[in-house]
Amino acid sequence: MAVTLTVNGAEHALDLPREMPLLWALRDALGLTGTKFGCGIAACGACTVLVEGQAARACVLAIGDVWGPVTTIEGLGRPEALAPLQRAWIAHQVAQCGYCQPGQILQAASLLAETPAPTDADIDAAMSGNLCRCGTYGRIRAAIHTAAREMAEG
Amino acid sequence: MSRLGRMTRRTFLVTSAAVAGGVAFLVRKDGQPVPNPLEPGPGETALNPWLVIDGAGVTIVTPRAEMGQGTQTTLAALVAEELDLAWEDVRVMHGPASASYYNGALLALGMPWKEYAASRWQEAAVGSTDVVARLLGLQVTGGSTAMVDGFEKMRRAGAAARIVLVQAAAARLGLAAERLRTEAGAVIAPDGTRLTYSDLAEAAAGIPPPEDPPLRPASGWKLLGRALPRTDMLAKVTGTAEFGIDVRLPCMLFATVRMNPRLGGPMHGFDAGAARAMPGVVEVLDLGTGFAVVATNTWLAFRAADTVRADWGAAPYPADSPAQMQAIAAAFEDHPNATLRDDGDMADSTGNEISAEYAVPYLAHACMEPMNAAARLDGERLDVWCGTQAPMLVRDHCAAALGLKGADVAVHTTFLGGGFGRRGETDFAVIAARVAAALPGRAVQVTWTREEDMRHDFYRPAALARLRGRVAGGRVTGLEARIAAPSITRQMMRRIAGFAPPGPDKTLLEGAFDQPYAIPNFRVAFIECFLDELAQAAGRDPLELRLELVRPEHAPSAAVLEAVAEMSGWGTPLPEGRARGIAFCHSFGTPTAEVVELVQTDAGIRIARVFVACDPGTALDPGILEAQMTSGALFGLSAAVMGEITFAGGIAGQGNFPDYDALRMNTAPQVAVNILQSGGIGGAGEVATPPAAPALANALFALTGRRARRLPLVHDFAFAL
Ligand code: FES
Ligand code: FES
Repeated sequence: MAVTLTVNGAEHALDLPREMPLLWALRDALGLTGTKFGCGIAACGACTVLVEGQAARACVLAIGDVWGPVTTIEGLGRPEALAPLQRAWIAHQVAQCGYCQPGQILQAASLLAETPAPTDADIDAAMSGNLCRCGTYGRIRAAIHTAAREMAEG
Repeated sequence: MSRLGRMTRRTFLVTSAAVAGGVAFLVRKDGQPVPNPLEPGPGETALNPWLVIDGAGVTIVTPRAEMGQGTQTTLAALVAEELDLAWEDVRVMHGPASASYYNGALLALGMPWKEYAASRWQEAAVGSTDVVARLLGLQVTGGSTAMVDGFEKMRRAGAAARIVLVQAAAARLGLAAERLRTEAGAVIAPDGTRLTYSDLAEAAAGIPPPEDPPLRPASGWKLLGRALPRTDMLAKVTGTAEFGIDVRLPCMLFATVRMNPRLGGPMHGFDAGAARAMPGVVEVLDLGTGFAVVATNTWLAFRAADTVRADWGAAPYPADSPAQMQAIAAAFEDHPNATLRDDGDMADSTGNEISAEYAVPYLAHACMEPMNAAARLDGERLDVWCGTQAPMLVRDHCAAALGLKGADVAVHTTFLGGGFGRRGETDFAVIAARVAAALPGRAVQVTWTREEDMRHDFYRPAALARLRGRVAGGRVTGLEARIAAPSITRQMMRRIAGFAPPGPDKTLLEGAFDQPYAIPNFRVAFIECFLDELAQAAGRDPLELRLELVRPEHAPSAAVLEAVAEMSGWGTPLPEGRARGIAFCHSFGTPTAEVVELVQTDAGIRIARVFVACDPGTALDPGILEAQMTSGALFGLSAAVMGEITFAGGIAGQGNFPDYDALRMNTAPQVAVNILQSGGIGGAGEVATPPAAPALANALFALTGRRARRLPLVHDFAFAL
């Protein structure tokens, strides 16, 4: 039985098992490889996507349980039409290897949707599930503050 | 017992070093980098394999893989600086992306492919002999880092290309070359006529390039010395950067692998009946010491692999951590097989003797992107796609595994989701090649689970150190360090000669490890911790004692110590419940000093702030350097606080991040970096890692009055994590 998903505004009918994690449906069936595999057990945040604007770990979210439209890093903004968070990430030159960054950015998007002017403590609480082996935390923090300011100024 | 009995001289590297008379231990006498034995041969700069010009402009081919350290950006800036390219027009790519493509492109510029391949191979080989030099000489100093190597070479590549492009323009315009200038990718005539490099490339290829083009002085640099926007940043924040795991090819199949978790152990057989019956499973392949499952998607391959019952053979090494540490300790009974520095005899020194033993565990690399590679075999031609730190080794090892010639293999290097040395191995690529060979004509991507990645690493080896020192009259009069760790012979031979079999090494204690990185780090960590113990015994301030040892030997090293002292407010009183520790290391040509500041909270000890002062000689890109220092310090602190691979029944006890975590947003300290520039070029990649653990250990002593003598520190100290 086909599962219907809305990803980055486009609807897809997928002939895949309902228990298949969203991560692999995105990566292997839809070719949206911006969402990364890091651990497979919700322990690193590399696979973070937005479901109805809220951060979710795609590696443990079955496609049959997806409760709303999905936004991946490819849908947040494009190279020629960047989202404020992506602009801030570039301004602060955040990424090193870059592998964790799509997940970091979407986790930050979820934070800012709920808390438009986060404190450092808010950032600690929201972002501590997203591992970065390159240790880019300081620049991530700065970029979140910058994006929050830019979004507040509209 | 016979197995343990064999682990003597051959299997352990026991280093011993002794100095007497208060001589500084860590600083190379002359302060000079080890000379690079690979001088660019006649014609090598002229061959210029580093840039390709096509109709769209100039693409800079970077010889080093981008794994987060910003190397592509700085290597490209070196070329662009001399060639006068506008930074926003600079395009970069990993070389070689495709043998045939580059063959043509390089030939167009008069660059025979073979020369390029040969020089890459020599570089790999030189890197390895340099490791030997590093192990056998006292110094950690390498000299074989991207910037040390590329600083001249890349600028010469740009300068030589600029000269022939100007000459081509001069010939076309009938003007003297001196009357022309270059700007933003074009040659400009006095009347404003603009000829782009693209227009001129073909004609320029016919002009013999100068052997030794003049280079611009640092005072004239426009790009170097600035924090440039990284060339990989846009792709990495939009999800469009292609890592090995992201490679997608027509009709591609998705696979995973399970090798014996007892590293190097055999597989006596396996039952894949249930896996084969799952719809979407294409193939289950016997790989000898493990199996691969090929399916229509990665998740299915993972699930099917879980159903396979394999009969794994025993580990060819002591199966449990205590037995392994015992084997390492037993090596102290043997004679040292490497003496690093011997400037005197401890017996000749006077004063009170103190001694200490330190222990460090096995460590995994735990790259954020699990190991993976894609491959396709078409007839006699193999294509391999992966993030690799050693494309030539990937090519040769894959060719050997399939009985092909090196020339039949094309390696396509993607971005690396972390490398840390792990992607200098080739096992992941060879496995993909073997799987692809079973399905000719089909592209197959083999992705490891996190557990497979963590349990099949080339671990940094565990080690023990025994240190003795003497102090008299407030001075260190003697110091002896003995370090025992699994030897690296096998790994070194493989890297140099390339003939050891691909795949995980046979035994855990015979050296399937990342020792080039490890031994210098061990030495630094152990000695830097012990120096604090000696300072205490001598009644001296740890910074003051280090300065006294370092100052007569190497001024830039003393300067970084002074700089970090100033940044961190060393010596100024801290509120109750706060404490600092200091450590210093001269590695890869860059002296680096760090201060760690701790705070005792109700939840436990927090690493509040870290201060790093380093002197890479010349700050080619201060923004990237700052990121590298921060990253290196956090990597070292994560390992020191919680990094540990233990073994039970021959299998690593840690399989995923909950067991092998790192500092995170809420536990990572603020890091402040100060970059000094005393001239020349030092490395940047790893220099901030070695001092991190000893600075932390020394701060813990200052905070708690207890010495930290074994890692990871979580076993003996309560951190707020
Ligand atoms: S891959 Fe989903 S949290 Fe790590
Ligand atoms: S940038 Fe490399 S893991 Fe975060």
